[in-house]
Amino acid sequence: MDEQALAVVGTSPHIHTSRTTRGIMLDVCLALLPALAAGVRLFGTRALAVTAVSVISCVGLEALMRVIMKREQTAGDFSAVVTGLLLAMNLPATLPLWMVPIGSLAAIVVAKQLFGGIGQNFANPAITGRIVLLLSFTTQMTAWNAPSGHSWGADAVASATPLQALSADAVAGATPAAAGEALPGLLDMFLGRHGGSLGETCALALLLGGVYLIVCKVITPLIPLCFLGTVAVFSLFYGHFDWSFVAYQLLGGGLLLGAVFMATDYSTSPAYWKGKVVFAVGCGLVTCLIRFYGNMPEGVSFAILLMNLLTPLIEKAFVPKPFGKEKTPRGQKQKA
Amino acid sequence: MGVFTQRGIKVEHNKNTAGMRALRMDRCESVALPMKQHIGAACVPCAEPGDYVLAGQLVGKAEAPVSAPIHASISGTVQKPETIRLPDGEDVQAVVIKSDGKMERIEACPPQVDSPEAFMQAVRDSGLAGLGGAGFPAHAKLRGAAGKANILLVNAAECEPYITADHREALDNGEDVIDGIRHICKWLGIKEAVVGIEDNKPDAIAHMRTLCKQNTPPELQIKTGVLPSRYPQGAEKMFIRSLTGRAVPLGNLPQDAGVLSMNVGSVAFLGRYMRTGVPLISRTVTVDGGAAPRPMNVRVPIGIRLRELCAFCGIEQPPAKILLGGPMMGAAAPDLDAILCKCNNAVLLFDQEQAAYKPEAACIRCGACLRGCPMRLQPFRLEQAYDARDAQALQELYAEACIECGCCSYVCPAGRSLVQSIRMGKRLLKAKEAGNKNG
Repeated sequence: MDEQALAVVGTSPHIHTSRTTRGIMLDVCLALLPALAAGVRLFGTRALAVTAVSVISCVGLEALMRVIMKREQTAGDFSAVVTGLLLAMNLPATLPLWMVPIGSLAAIVVAKQLFGGIGQNFANPAITGRIVLLLSFTTQMTAWNAPSGHSWGADAVASATPLQALSADAVAGATPAAAGEALPGLLDMFLGRHGGSLGETCALALLLGGVYLIVCKVITPLIPLCFLGTVAVFSLFYGHFDWSFVAYQLLGGGLLLGAVFMATDYSTSPAYWKGKVVFAVGCGLVTCLIRFYGNMPEGVSFAILLMNLLTPLIEKAFVPKPFGKEKTPRGQKQKA
Repeated sequence: MGVFTQRGIKVEHNKNTAGMRALRMDRCESVALPMKQHIGAACVPCAEPGDYVLAGQLVGKAEAPVSAPIHASISGTVQKPETIRLPDGEDVQAVVIKSDGKMERIEACPPQVDSPEAFMQAVRDSGLAGLGGAGFPAHAKLRGAAGKANILLVNAAECEPYITADHREALDNGEDVIDGIRHICKWLGIKEAVVGIEDNKPDAIAHMRTLCKQNTPPELQIKTGVLPSRYPQGAEKMFIRSLTGRAVPLGNLPQDAGVLSMNVGSVAFLGRYMRTGVPLISRTVTVDGGAAPRPMNVRVPIGIRLRELCAFCGIEQPPAKILLGGPMMGAAAPDLDAILCKCNNAVLLFDQEQAAYKPEAACIRCGACLRGCPMRLQPFRLEQAYDARDAQALQELYAEACIECGCCSYVCPAGRSLVQSIRMGKRLLKAKEAGNKNG
């Protein structure tokens, strides 16, 4: 035996999970692939172009910011790829390509890196990017074209989203029956054959991704279930117990994309399960308030952003009690 | 409830030595006996260089109330004392004995016990300190539990990967375990005892069940409890909760919840000691890891150097990392001159791959540490509090409640040394408290 060789020392534990940040981010990318594939199938290859620009600009800006800020390079951890993919899922496939990097700028530079990079952002970067684009280029961001399969450029036929249709009729009665022909069937809703952002319409693909994330233990089902559940219950009462109205609310707009992929963002949602429930129920309530009583047909991204901002307060309000703490009767002093 | 309260983590068991009876290692060149192999005050050496000692002879007197005497583990000549650095950084004196190759033992006779007090004294004289790893002097534990505990829990959970020393104790020395239980229960007036074993050791469970049935005297109820294999099932507080449903209040001891909890190896030793009177001079350790080609359990004299143990186990390649204890809570030793003490239940020799550091990245707030913490603490917040050296925040986040099981660091995808930050945070609080007292 080599007498001189010193062994490696370190503090316990001496074994670690094989899971890494990069692995988690790759899992999220994988989970988004069905939605991306559906987007391309439904809205044509232009969906792919928007996604490519979004991902490349996000990763590029991430790398650039780390260099400018003289911090260790994190562009390789795939978190910027996730942001890029998520941002793209939130954009209409017809959006002029030059607008996409402006969203990336808001997402990566403003929301993420200026606050310290991964784990430090207070608002979901992709949602911030989407909202900046929505407020800056409202016309282009809400110019939904009907999914035709191969609609390149301007020949797309503009169409209302299901939620717009329902919302327009809200004055009259807000029932799917009243909205009539403007509404796609429920199967079309489930498969994504209706107007909307390129990655948000196909419920099937989003659910697949969600199940994958839950199975891989990247997320817990708590936030998606509470978010969707709250919207379902609220819609049930608002729609006077019309179940198809509930179904349109659940399948329409960015709800599934938001509930599965964006409200579950680690940095911007509470870590403790009680906080998660409050956060998700809050997301659901705000979404419904905007959808039913606001002047916009869609409110998921604003709801999540608002709850992102409340997350630090929720985390303060709901903290786990250490084991052995709760058993002490009230008013009795702990023995030293 | 289950989903949200089942904390802890799943780890690979790697119990490669579960099927192996411990080999006895009788020959060694020398041993070094640190005068502190337990929690509490160090012993005072009572053997001069040049003295000839027999195995089992007292070489370190325990004078303080919380301390455990130390006995020669081999026969031979006492050498010049050495100063040895313990894994926690403390330097202590060690009595070094050079073997005469005979392993001659003192003539031991079973202790005469006719009262609880005499039993405590006998336990004290045996030199027993918790063999499970913590090393708390057994007599002090028994004294604290006397009159308070109404149930004895025997810990054979052995949730740490690799280690099978306790598993083998239950399988090979089950009768000693029952004997130990009977003595402890008799003198402490306890009527109920449960041996807790994780469900990954079905043979030990079956064996203990049979023994419990055969040997339970009418006045005593001895049972075997099966626990789910989930780290840290064997940590005292989790172990007690799993078997009895009782929660030890924060800052309190098991006896405050009416429980006396002891390691199975300790109980088996007491059973043997009451029969033979031979003090604690040997113990079973598991030798395993990627750099150990033939993993095995070995019964070794206490105080043996790892170099000799490795030679005995046929380890030729120098290991890249040396651990005393399990991979989750064990301490790393810099070289093979390290010494095996009473409370070391394993020697793990890692190869290059196992010894590699996991690179550290930024916390992504995934909450895995929070879900993994069996004490329901918030490790990532504790880390932030320590990084800011914020004593108040550390206190508010219950840093002192941390049992240092390492689940948080294990599950962290960013490879952050969470438990180490919490350990340092606990030290910060202690230093601050000491400062306040003095100031």
